[in-house]
Amino acid sequence: MTEREKKRKAGIKELSPIDIYKLLPKTNCKECGEENCMAFATKIVNREVNVDQCTPLLKKEHAKAYGQLKEMLKPPVKEVVVGEGEKAVKLGGKLVMYRHEFTYFNPTALAIDVTDEMTDEELLSRIKKTEQFSYEYIGYTLKLDMIAVRSTSGEPEKFKAAVKKVVEKTTLPLILCTLNATVAEAGLMAAPKAKPLLYAATLDNWKDMAELALMYGCPLVVSAPNDLNALVSLSKTLLAYGVQDLVLDPGTFANEGLADTLNNFTMLRRAACKGGEELAGFPLMGVPMAAWVDKGEVADEVMKWREANLAAMLIVRYADVLVMHGDDGWSLLPNAVLRQNIYTDPRKPVAVEPGLKEFGTPDENSPVLFTTNFALTYYTVASDIESSKTNAYLIVVETEGSAVDSGVAGRKLTAEKVADAIKETGIENKVKHRKIIIPGKASRISGEIEELSGWKVQVGPRDSSEIPKYIIDKWQP
Amino acid sequence: MADKKKKDEDGGINFSPDLLDLLAKFQEVELEDFELEVADLELWLESGALPRQLVPQLRAAPGVRGKPAELLKTQFMPPIETYPGKIVEVKLGATKGEGGSRGRSVVIGGETSPAFYTFERPVVHPPVVTLDVFDMALPLSKAVKMHVKEVIGDPAAWAKLAVEKFGADMVTVHLISIDPLLKDATPKDAVKTVEEILQAVDVPLVIGGCGDPVKDTAVFTEITETFAGERFLISSLTQDMDVERCAKFVKKNGHVALSFTPMDLNLARELNRRLYDHLGKEDIIMDLTTAALGYGLDYAFTNMERARLAGLMGDPELAHPMSSGTTNAWAAREAWLKMSPEWEPRELRGPLWEVTTALTLLLAGVDLFMMMHPAAVKTLKEVTGKLVSGKKADASKFADWIYLKP
Repeated sequence: MTEREKKRKAGIKELSPIDIYKLLPKTNCKECGEENCMAFATKIVNREVNVDQCTPLLKKEHAKAYGQLKEMLKPPVKEVVVGEGEKAVKLGGKLVMYRHEFTYFNPTALAIDVTDEMTDEELLSRIKKTEQFSYEYIGYTLKLDMIAVRSTSGEPEKFKAAVKKVVEKTTLPLILCTLNATVAEAGLMAAPKAKPLLYAATLDNWKDMAELALMYGCPLVVSAPNDLNALVSLSKTLLAYGVQDLVLDPGTFANEGLADTLNNFTMLRRAACKGGEELAGFPLMGVPMAAWVDKGEVADEVMKWREANLAAMLIVRYADVLVMHGDDGWSLLPNAVLRQNIYTDPRKPVAVEPGLKEFGTPDENSPVLFTTNFALTYYTVASDIESSKTNAYLIVVETEGSAVDSGVAGRKLTAEKVADAIKETGIENKVKHRKIIIPGKASRISGEIEELSGWKVQVGPRDSSEIPKYIIDKWQP
Repeated sequence: MADKKKKDEDGGINFSPDLLDLLAKFQEVELEDFELEVADLELWLESGALPRQLVPQLRAAPGVRGKPAELLKTQFMPPIETYPGKIVEVKLGATKGEGGSRGRSVVIGGETSPAFYTFERPVVHPPVVTLDVFDMALPLSKAVKMHVKEVIGDPAAWAKLAVEKFGADMVTVHLISIDPLLKDATPKDAVKTVEEILQAVDVPLVIGGCGDPVKDTAVFTEITETFAGERFLISSLTQDMDVERCAKFVKKNGHVALSFTPMDLNLARELNRRLYDHLGKEDIIMDLTTAALGYGLDYAFTNMERARLAGLMGDPELAHPMSSGTTNAWAAREAWLKMSPEWEPRELRGPLWEVTTALTLLLAGVDLFMMMHPAAVKTLKEVTGKLVSGKKADASKFADWIYLKP
């Protein structure tokens, strides 16, 4: 068996709480906040707590066990931190190739580019737009993460001035983009403490870039477009040189070479997660904005559309950081949501508890609505009612986690279930009226609900965003 | 574009006709055959396990031997695997020579690697798109309506438009008028609609029911019998239907069944097992449920990715081609809702929502996309065209993005 095969075998075994427990101090001291060491070990395996929370373990006599634990728990894709302070981003840190194997950590960071030849006005407006990007989505705030500063001038002084302006205006972490080490150094001098991601070391400049990365203590992107042999050779060389925090860029190709792009990302991630290949075990960088290189006479909207398509595929296929040029809300929002979806913990249940929920201070004349117990449906409806400050009762019907439309189609949401829920929740003792507002998408079963429950049905809007207006216009107890 | 953004009374969407023109400027992609050398390596892929790393790092300690002066050359070993399973090939539509009347048939499935792992094996059959056609007027999002308004209520003309103008590989006839709660049209009426569409286009058809298990059974039996040999995809067979009766009619008349289950692989296996009593493996496609981007796409994606990997790992009950009702993307409010100015225009946001949903599921392994918006269809076909073309990247141009002055 070769060394690589041995590692591969080790890499696919399941880590059990017992493996962790054996190495803990077994004091059951509760300092970590858990009842005992076994409970702590279980949480470690589930990556819900950090091993450093075990204070006794940090003592000198446990140094060996601590080291072993750290090694066992080390993700196959290294976690690389870019930036300083609150807004620093963590890239990589992936434990698995497929999200159903565990869960993905550290959502793909989205960076928007600026250049050192933009007017001050343009530069500042792009930074402002990037910082202000914000979308409320089922209890999360979707944001953008980084600014990529490109040196299109190739002039050190211009780059330095641009980076200086950027760090004065934003605390978002930076990616400094140039293949010229002299230009790169000028940029780093303007942000000496910002720990930017330096882009990039190539076959031609790696030594100079490695020196800069060491000098400024910043992570370094290794770039070898569509050449994985060169990429791992560079990664091996830079590690030997002493640069530990690397990010890999195998190139992003929007048109010819799209298949190569997905293949390279997939092979690198598989080699790291399944094959124990440490030279591939770093965060991956995608550059959807490379689509703009072939722009030609095509309208900007088409380029933004294409760039968004590329970003979506790379979010699914293992990119840990993406550089985007299009900064329009319409083109970024689908990917901001996709990233949130793909990085949601798949261990989280699909359904919420059925039953009666109260919003505001409802009384005997307040409207009664129902929705399904599919988590996303429930949170969407709940946030729409909440944000409008409407007083209302919401019956959450057990639909085995189906949404309204698929629940009606798949008979998970039936008139019987609605009628039962009306009885079981005791809503009949809370309100004087007998009227229920049902989702517009459940209009098909409105007649049956009236028959079975004896309540009068009002078919409400098809989308819950219109509930507040509907209640104002149409509700009378 | 601004004057087209008026609020639609049914909360639907608008769509600028410009986009289709803009998208038409996408460069044409030629399809070429290509092959990959596939090394015969041992199988080691396992899912469901959390990897651990017991072997210490072999990284060279910095400073021990000094900094390297030259590149330390090494090789990347492509992690190529073989899989015991193979996704079943399913043929849709039958030509005259094959006992039907279609100009061509379509084959999907046949994969022996995960979706687009072309470093392992080339794509066997590229994914196929079938466009929605409805047999009666219904509330449609404006983005779609503006492209089809001339043909609403005329399903034959609608089908023709889908094939000739929008490039659909197939057409889905949604027989919603048979719904007892809508028009309650008879099985004979449905047969007539299908007959008209068969005359209008020569692509394979998907026959969609109304969702009422009893009525769908009645209509499906009538249609499968009347059009014996056409190899329709019957959409869909669900757990609460008379599965046995439907499956028998599908088999006897040479059609294909779409096995639909609500996002649960155990239910999918169970329904497939019931179908095996009557149908061959090559007569079944699975629909594991598609949820919209932002509204459960994560569940749909993972469910499909797991199903595909399980099929390749040798689970025969999941080794069927997958179909996705990608049109469900429009259930997301962000696809059609008028939002504050920073998220506009929704004329672009809407179809992009459908494409993003489609591309995500493309990479999970979907073989058949049921779609709605022409721009989304066009984009999906272009992307799959690029992925199977085998054209190589021009690596020398990549770094240009750094210096780009848009």
